[in-house]
Order: sequence, then structure tokens, then C-alpha cells
Amino acid sequence: MNHQEAINEWDLVIEPQTSLLDLNLKDVWRYRDLLWLLVKRDFVSFYKQTILGPLWFFIQPLFTTIIFTFIFGNLAGLSTDGLPQPLFYMAGITAWNYFADCLTKTSTVFRDNANIFGKVYFPRLIMPLSIVVSNLVRFGVQMLLFFMMMAYYAYTGGSFAPNAYILLFPVLVLQMALLGLGLGLVITALTTKYRDLAFLITFGVQLMMYATTVIYPLSAAPAKYKWLIELNPMTGIIEAFRFGFLGQGELTLSSFGYSVAFTLVALVLGVIIFNKTEKTFVDTV
Amino acid sequence: MSNTAIKVENLSKIYRLGEIGTGTISRDMERWFKTKVLKQEDPFLKIGETNDRANKGSSDIVYSLQDVNFEIQQGDAVGIIGRNGAGKSTLLKILSRVTTPTTGRINIKGRVASLLEVGTGFHPELTGRENIYLNGAILGMRKREIDRKLDEIIDFSGVERYIDTPVKRYSSGMYVRLAFAVAAHLESEILIVDEVLAVGDAEFQKKCLGKMGEVSKGEGRTVLFVSHNMASVLQLTSKSLVLESGRNFQQMMTSKSAVNYFQSGNRSLKNKRKELSFYRRPNVDYSMIINEISVNGRKDSICELDLFEEIQIELKIDSQIARFGIEILFTIINQNGEIIATLNSCDQNFIKPILIGENNFEIKLADNRFAPGKYSGHIAITQDSISIAYDYILDVPLFEIRDTFQSPNWLDRPNGYLQFNNIKWE
Repeated sequence: MNHQEAINEWDLVIEPQTSLLDLNLKDVWRYRDLLWLLVKRDFVSFYKQTILGPLWFFIQPLFTTIIFTFIFGNLAGLSTDGLPQPLFYMAGITAWNYFADCLTKTSTVFRDNANIFGKVYFPRLIMPLSIVVSNLVRFGVQMLLFFMMMAYYAYTGGSFAPNAYILLFPVLVLQMALLGLGLGLVITALTTKYRDLAFLITFGVQLMMYATTVIYPLSAAPAKYKWLIELNPMTGIIEAFRFGFLGQGELTLSSFGYSVAFTLVALVLGVIIFNKTEKTFVDTV
Repeated sequence: MSNTAIKVENLSKIYRLGEIGTGTISRDMERWFKTKVLKQEDPFLKIGETNDRANKGSSDIVYSLQDVNFEIQQGDAVGIIGRNGAGKSTLLKILSRVTTPTTGRINIKGRVASLLEVGTGFHPELTGRENIYLNGAILGMRKREIDRKLDEIIDFSGVERYIDTPVKRYSSGMYVRLAFAVAAHLESEILIVDEVLAVGDAEFQKKCLGKMGEVSKGEGRTVLFVSHNMASVLQLTSKSLVLESGRNFQQMMTSKSAVNYFQSGNRSLKNKRKELSFYRRPNVDYSMIINEISVNGRKDSICELDLFEEIQIELKIDSQIARFGIEILFTIINQNGEIIATLNSCDQNFIKPILIGENNFEIKLADNRFAPGKYSGHIAITQDSISIAYDYILDVPLFEIRDTFQSPNWLDRPNGYLQFNNIKWE
């Protein structure tokens, strides 16, 4: 009996090795309800038994912005391209946080869910996807804060100029999500075998923030290291984000194209490696 | 096309003890190079041996399953039994796609729902209702489906009052009830159940068994069931697959394999009856001792009896004194060490004097009610309702009941305490 016949006759064929590109995306779609329920679970369980509830979503970026304004803006006196400092930092932090959350949380997906994955089958990709989506909720709330700040500075006459590139926003969000997802998937797949990466990722993400234009504009980067900062795919995204909303930043076709290409490569690679690992990780984790 | 629901061909699964993968990057590379570039056989797959947990092997790669082949027909309820480490759970894990086989192939027709654990993915902070949705979705139900069955699920679980309370405040029993209720309402053609019924109170266990029986018989679903609780395996399944050290031993009627299973776990009962002085005698007064025990004429080996055969136990008693009003007591013990019958000669008003010299006693049980298995007994010679014991001998192997004709009738034989009608003392 050849392979094709076998598939026609049976609903499900379990075999040791399937092709690398057999991603089972149809199954992922069939389990979409689970995705929403997991997002709901993350959101509800986040603020249960807290007094401030969803307000916690605001507190973290707000305080980070205040501290960045104080340290990097006032003490160190870093340039903000003439933008109001809190607005400048807030833009960077909001975008960076979303990416960093997606990356760090997806990078532990196998370890955190080993218990569930060991007991029941569902398309494993649902888990990281749900993380990306539930972080999106959080990101949405934080964007609200950012909009409120923009309104405040528009009212008090701060110098910033939103422009038509604001329309790139959905693309940028998608890019951040997929980039974080892709990199996270690669890391989580590798950590099932080599645990060291788990330690690397937590402070790696922190360090990476300084190699991204979160606390300084790209224009202020020393020419010698500028290429290095531009090599970081998040730089292009955050610069485009700031340019669209605030009118300052370096949005070029090459930097934008580079981060799109990088995102796609990371995503495809991540999904393939993840898919290969999910089949046997129960035995190794 | 036949109505085979599951077809397993040459299924094997290897595990490496102690470490993960091949352990090192260099061996990973070697494996990759040899299998993918040179197209050779996997160098780490050859050194396999069967999985026997008690004996230490020379290689640290073991086959959890080795060349397992079987087919299961649609609508069958099949029990999977075997000792710990025989590969039952591995088989279920592969069938439910939690892990992949190393070699071989499984073909499945129909949707599979597997219950390797109840309450997978329950979140302690969420309410019962929210967890029903979450757990249902994890098990593969669509939201609409859960909406439709929600009332039924809550009703089945019997925790209606707490349904909007976070499950972290539930007692463990309530938790399991809720979790099983969700699982019991899965719509699938094939249901795979690991030992999940070990929890919950008797009433609920009964309800679950009932529900599962309904599933396999009523709705024509295929059920695969793993449990060490033979009573529930017997109740639920008609066929069994016996796994022994990762190889499938046989597929047979559940009743037969249940007996097998019991026997493989109880090897301590020997087939030989030794010298009577070998057995423990807490109370022996050498004025009167039991010299010989024979069952159906056999003195030194265990007599194998068929289900309906009459049982005769003969005692030879040597006495140096003469006494009147002697009672003889038999306590019959099954292979699990449970006392299942006591026979007392004075219950039948059998009172016989003991004379100096050799005395013979015989008890005949025409009405054999024992289930298949091995039996031993305590035997005592007493007087005046146990106030004096001349001899008391413990745990002597007596006989073995065999299901020679493989009739299913013995299943009706009660497991508890037995009472016999037709007892003759001589």
C-alpha cells in the first residue's frame, strides 16, 4: 500500500518521521476556539485576586517611562530628537515590551506546558500563538496609555508630528509579534535539549534592548556602531513606529525591508524547528 | 474495507536511559551524518534490548515497545493490561499522539479522544464553568459543542453549586468529578482511557464506569482502557491486549487475560507442598499433630482442579492421647491473602473422638465455588471451641482451580466470603 492510498483509507496515520514541512496548519485552524479560550484564561487569571486589576497593565510602562526620563533624559542627557522625553521613551518601551514579552514567553513554552503537552494532543503551535495574542491585549492597553500621553502633549503644545506612515502600524505590530514568535520558537525548541539557552534568554533580551533604539534615537548613535544597531531587526521596527506616530526616526525602505525579511526568515525557521521538536520533546524534556 | 478502527504495525519505541536524545552534540552529529548523509541505519538503534525493569541491562537504550502488532475492530472495548513498565502508557501516548513512535505505523479511522489524565489544563484561578470550556477545548471540542452540552456536563459532575467558584477551592474529589464530566462528554469514535478512575469516591467511580460502558456498548464507540483494577477491566471490556516487557503477548478474551495477569503477579505461591514441618505452627502440642495433608489424593504437589470438580481434603493426625469433642477448622485463603472461607467441623455437628495412633479425617466439598486461582489454608485442631489448640498450621498451599474449559461461567463466582452448602466430614 503506498502512502497516498493509506491516507485516503484512514483518518489518521501515525508515523515516526514526517516531512519537515508537514506543519498541520489545518489542525491549528480547527483548534482556534482553544486559542481564544487560552487568551481569555491568561487575561482573567492575570488580575484575579488583585486590587488594581487590569490597572497593572498601565503601571509597569508608566513607571519605566518615568525612570527612563529621569536617568537617560535628565541625568545622562541623551538626545530624543527634539521630542518630549516621556513620549519618546513611552513609544520605545511600549513597542519593545510587546516584542520582548512575546519572545520571552514563547521561549519557555515547552517547559511551561510540559505537563499538558505530555498528556493530551492538540496542535502545539496553539500555545505560542495564544501567548502572542494575549500579549496583544496587553499591548493594546498600553497603546491606550500612549495615546493619552500623545493627547496630553498635543494639548500642551509638545513638538511632534504624526503622519501618514502611521498606517504602517498594523504591519509593525504583526512584525513584532511574528519576530518574537519566530525567535521564541527557535529558542524553546533548542532549550528542550540544551537547557543553557533558558538562562541566556532572560538577560539576553535585556541586553538586546540597549542595542535597539529604545532609549536613544538612531540618529544619535555613533557612526562606528550604527551598522551594528541597524543589524538588529527591532531597530527598523521601532524607528518606523516612532516616525509614524511622532514624526521623528529613520524610516528607510532598506531598514524596513530588512526587518520584514528577517521576521519572515525567523518565523519560518521557528515554526519548522518547533514542529520537528514537538513530536519527541515529551521524551526529552 | 473491513471495519478496523485501529491498526498497529511493527510499532517500536526506544528510550535512552539517563540522558536525553543521544546525549551529546557530537553523537547527534554522528547520528545525523550516518543516517542522513550516508543513509546508513541509525547506529544508536541497534543496541536494543527488551525493557525489563528489574534486570540491569548492558546497554542504556531500551525498547519500551518492540514490534507490537494488533488490530482493533470498530465498537470493541479493549483492555490493555500488563505489569508496570510493560509499555502500556507508552502505547497510549503514541496512540494519542503525545509522542511519536521510533519505527512502525498506526492507522486510525475516526476521531480519537484520549484521557491520559483528567483535568489537563485546569487553571486553579478560573471557575468551574470557565474550566469546562478550557478543558473541553484542550481535549478537542469546539466551543459550540461545549455550549450545547454544558448543562449535561454540570449535571453529570454533580458540583452545580460550586460551578462559579474558582476550582482551587474545590476538594480533590469535586475537581476530578468536574474533569471527568467534561471528558465523558467528548464526541469521538475512539476513546483512549488511562487509569483515571483511581480517584473519586465509590459512587462516582460507578457512575464513570457506567458512562464508559454506555459509550462502548451503546454508542458503538471503540474504547481502549488501561487499568490495574481488574474488576473494572472485566466489567468494561470484552477483549484484552496483554503486554509483556514491551511486546504484545496476545490478544484474547478479557476473562482469560485477567487470570493470566493475576497469576503473573502472584508467583510467590509455589506449586509444591513441602514437609509440613516447614510451615509455621504457632501452637503445637506434640501430643496430637497433623502428619499429612492431601487434596484429592495428592500429597506433595498442588492439585489442579477444574472449576466444577469436587474437592476432598484429607488429614492424617497422629495422636498420643485420646480425646472426645475435637473440632477441625479450615481457613481458606486466596492468592491475594484474603480469607474467603472458614470451615468448622462442629458447624455440621460432626464430632468424632480421636484415638491413640493414626486418625483420618476427610472433608468433601461437592459444591466447588472457587474462582480460578491458587488457594492455601490455615488448619487447626482444637477442642471446646478453640480453648485448647493441639495443632495449628499456617498457610499451607492446598489446591489450584483452573479454568480448563475456558467457560465464562466462573465470572459469576463471588469474590467475597464463600459459604458452602454441601459439606461432608468423615
